[in-house]
Amino acid sequence: MSTATAIAPRRTGQLGTLRIATAGSVDDGKSTLIGRLLHDTKTVFEDQLSAVVKASRRYGDGETNLALLTDGLRAEREQGITIDVAHRYFATTRRSFIVADTPGHAQYTRNMVTGASTADVAIVLVDARHGVVEQTRRHAFIATLLGVKGIVVAVNKMDLIDWDENEFTNIAKEVDEYVRALPTPVPVVAIPLSALLGDNVVDGSTHTPWYDGPPLLELLEEFDNQPRVEVGSRVHVQRVIRPQGGEFADFRGYAGVLAGGSLAVGDAVIVQPAGIRTTVAALHRAGKPVEVAEIGHALVVELADTVDVARGDVLVTADSTTAPGVGETVEADICWMIDQPLTVGSRWWFKHGSRTGRATVVAIDHRHDLATLDRAPTDQLGLNDLGHVRLHLSEPVVADRYVDNPDGGRLILIDEATNTTAAAAMVTSIAP
Amino acid sequence: MSTDLEPAGSRGAPADSRGALGTTAAAQASLHLGALTDEAITIIREVAAECENPVLLFSGGKDSAVLLHLALLAFAPARLPFPVMHVDTGHNFAEVIDYRDRFVAQTGVRLVVASVQASIDSGRVVEDTGPRASRNRLQSVTLLDAIAEHGFDAAFGGGRRDEDKARAKERILSFRDRQGRWDPRQQRPEPWGVLNARIRKGEHLRAFPLSNWTEVDIWNYIALHEVELPTIYYSHTRTVVERDGMLLSVGGPVVLEPGEEPFDAVVRYRTVGDASCTGAVESTASTVWDVIAEVAAARITERGATRADDTFSESAMEDRKREGYF
Ligand SMILES: Nc1nc2c(ncn2[C@@H]2O[C@H](COP(=O)(O)OP(=O)(O)O)[C@@H](O)[C@H]2O)c(=O)[nH]1
Repeated sequence: MSTATAIAPRRTGQLGTLRIATAGSVDDGKSTLIGRLLHDTKTVFEDQLSAVVKASRRYGDGETNLALLTDGLRAEREQGITIDVAHRYFATTRRSFIVADTPGHAQYTRNMVTGASTADVAIVLVDARHGVVEQTRRHAFIATLLGVKGIVVAVNKMDLIDWDENEFTNIAKEVDEYVRALPTPVPVVAIPLSALLGDNVVDGSTHTPWYDGPPLLELLEEFDNQPRVEVGSRVHVQRVIRPQGGEFADFRGYAGVLAGGSLAVGDAVIVQPAGIRTTVAALHRAGKPVEVAEIGHALVVELADTVDVARGDVLVTADSTTAPGVGETVEADICWMIDQPLTVGSRWWFKHGSRTGRATVVAIDHRHDLATLDRAPTDQLGLNDLGHVRLHLSEPVVADRYVDNPDGGRLILIDEATNTTAAAAMVTSIAP
Repeated sequence: MSTDLEPAGSRGAPADSRGALGTTAAAQASLHLGALTDEAITIIREVAAECENPVLLFSGGKDSAVLLHLALLAFAPARLPFPVMHVDTGHNFAEVIDYRDRFVAQTGVRLVVASVQASIDSGRVVEDTGPRASRNRLQSVTLLDAIAEHGFDAAFGGGRRDEDKARAKERILSFRDRQGRWDPRQQRPEPWGVLNARIRKGEHLRAFPLSNWTEVDIWNYIALHEVELPTIYYSHTRTVVERDGMLLSVGGPVVLEPGEEPFDAVVRYRTVGDASCTGAVESTASTVWDVIAEVAAARITERGATRADDTFSESAMEDRKREGYF
C-alpha cells in the first residue's frame, strides 16, 4: 500500500490545475462526495443550495441531498442515476480543480473512459459495507489504461460500519494488490470517509484516530501531476498563420499545440512526416513572445527557414532520444462507443492530433474481459467493449505510444455514415 | 523577434496587476488561467480549421468579449478568419451597443446582426405581451434562422459549464440537428477533448471554448489582458425597480407594474442579456480588481442573481437548450 507521500510529495513549487475523475458503483455516494467537496470548499452558491433543498423535499429525501447539485439532466434527477459525464469546478487557495463526474453503470463504460481520459487522478468510491466489487476493479482498470497518475480509493459510508479499521484495511489492501497486477500499475492511496457526514473529506475526523493520512482534499491539493515520462517536443500544427499584407506582411507562423516535451527558441526541429530539418526562430503564446514552451501550450512557432509545413504536420525536436513513430500501421487499445460493432475489414475516419484520414481495421487481437481481466479472442467489439486492434491508416501519423506520451498517442475513430465518434484509441505501437 | 501580438484594445498586464497576482493563491490562479487560455485558443483554431463557415456569437457581454479576445489572439497577427454575429433582441442597454460598435471598429472584425425584431415583424415568432414579456426565448428562432441564412456550420458561444446544471453536461463541440435541436442523450463522446467536427449539410455545431472557465476565471482574464467591457459591468447609479428580488432597470423595455416604485441605486451588472429580464446587483465595485474581489466572495450564482428567466423552473436551461438556445 502506498502512503500519501507516494502520490503527494510535499513540494513548494506551483502545482497546476488538477483534473479528477470520479468513479464508483451506483449508490456508493459519488454524487454526495462531490456535492460535499463543492459545499465544504464554499463553491456552492446560496441559490443553488436552496434549489437543492427544495428539490430534495419534492423527491422525498429526508436530509438535503447534496447529490442533486451534480445530477444535471432531468432524466437523471428523475431516475436518480448519473447518465452522462458532468464537469464541476472548485478551487482552494492552493489549487484549482476540474472534476469529471462519471457514471457508474457498466453500460456507460464509454463515459467513464471519456471522464478518465483527461484525468490526473481517479477517485474510486467503495461502499464500506460491500467492499471491493466488480465495478471497483473495472474502474481501476479503465483509469490505469487511460493513464491516470494515481488512484484514490475513497472507502465511503464508514459511519455505517462503525468506523471499523480492519474492514478499511482489507479493502485498501485488496484494491492495491489488484492494481499492482494490472499492465500499467499506479500508486494507490485509500482514505476512510463519510461523504454524507463530511469525515475526512475536507476536514479530518475524530472517528478515525487510527488513520494518520490527510483528508481527501489535502491529498488532492498536493497531488503531483507532472508528466511522468519525458519525450521530445511535438507541436501538432493546426494552421498556418499568414497575415497577407500590412505590418506583418512577411510573417509566417505555425499555430499548434505542444503535445509533448518542452520547446525553446533555437531548438533544432524536424517537420514530420516529411523529415525536413530547421530551427525554431520565435515562439508566441497567447500573443506574447516566450523563450520556452511547455506541454499543453497553444503556440505560434516561427521557423528559421522557409519550409513546407501544413496542417496535420508535427514539429519534433531533432535531438530527441525518444523520437516518435511515423507510420500507417497502428496497434491500439480501444474503447468502442457505438451500437454498431467493430469488425475486421470495417472502415472509419480517424483523427490523430490535427490529422484526419481513413482507417481500416486489419485485426482484432482480443477483448478485455473487465470482470476477469482475461484477454478473450473475438472477431468483433460491441458497445462499451475494450479491446486491442490493428489499424491501417490512409496516411502516416507521427505518434507516440500512449504510455510514453498520452498527448501524442491517442486517436479517435469516427463513423463514416453517422459522423458520430465511434472509438477512443490508445496507441501501443506504430509501424510503417 | 519579440513581437507582441496582442490585439488592439489590450495593452498587456496593467501596472497594479502584481497586487492581485503577488500571492501564492494568485500565482496558482494565473497558472490555471494560462492553461484555460491555451485550451480555449486550441479549440478555436481547431474548429476554424475543420469547419468551412464558422461564426462567433458576440452579445457584448463579458463572456463573449473574452471569447472574441481569445479568438483574435488565436490567429494574431492575421485577421480573424470568420465574422461575429450579434443576435439583437432590440431590448438593449445603450452602453452595450455602443461598446459593440466600438469593439468592432477597433478590431476590424466583420459584424453580422440578426434581429429578433425582424423575426417578429416577419411573423416568424410571436412576441409575448404583458409587463413581464421577455424576448430571451425568441432569440433561439432568430439565431437558427440566421445560421441557416448565412450557411454557418459552427457557432462559437461563450457558454460555461459552471453556469447551469444542464450546461455542465454539454460537450465542447456540441452537435445540432437540422432543426437546430440539442439532444443531451445523444451527445458525441469527447475523449481527451479531441474534437470531431464532422457534420452533414444543414446540421451545425456549437463550440464552447470557455466550457471549463468559471466567472472568476473570466474576470482574471479581463484583468490580465485589460479587456474593455461595457461600462455597466462597473458600479454606477441607475434608476431601478425591485421585482422578485431582482433589480431591473427602468426606462427601457421594463414595464412598471401597479405598486412598483422606481428608485436610484448604486449597481453594476454581473451578466448582460435582454434588458427586460437582466437584473443589476447592488455594488460599489468600480474597477476590475474590485469586481474580482466581489465575485470571489459572492454567495449567489450570476444567473440566479441576474436572470429572471432561469429561476422559473429547475429545467429552464435544459428546455431552452433543447430548442436551440445558445
Ligand atoms: N450513511 C451514509 N450514507 C451515504 C454516504 N454517502 C452517501 N450516502 C447515501 O447513499 C445514497 C447514494 O448516494 P449518491 O451520492 O446518490 O450515490 P451515487 O449513485 O454514487 O452518486 C444516498 O442516499 C446518500 O445519502 C455516507 O458516507 N454515509
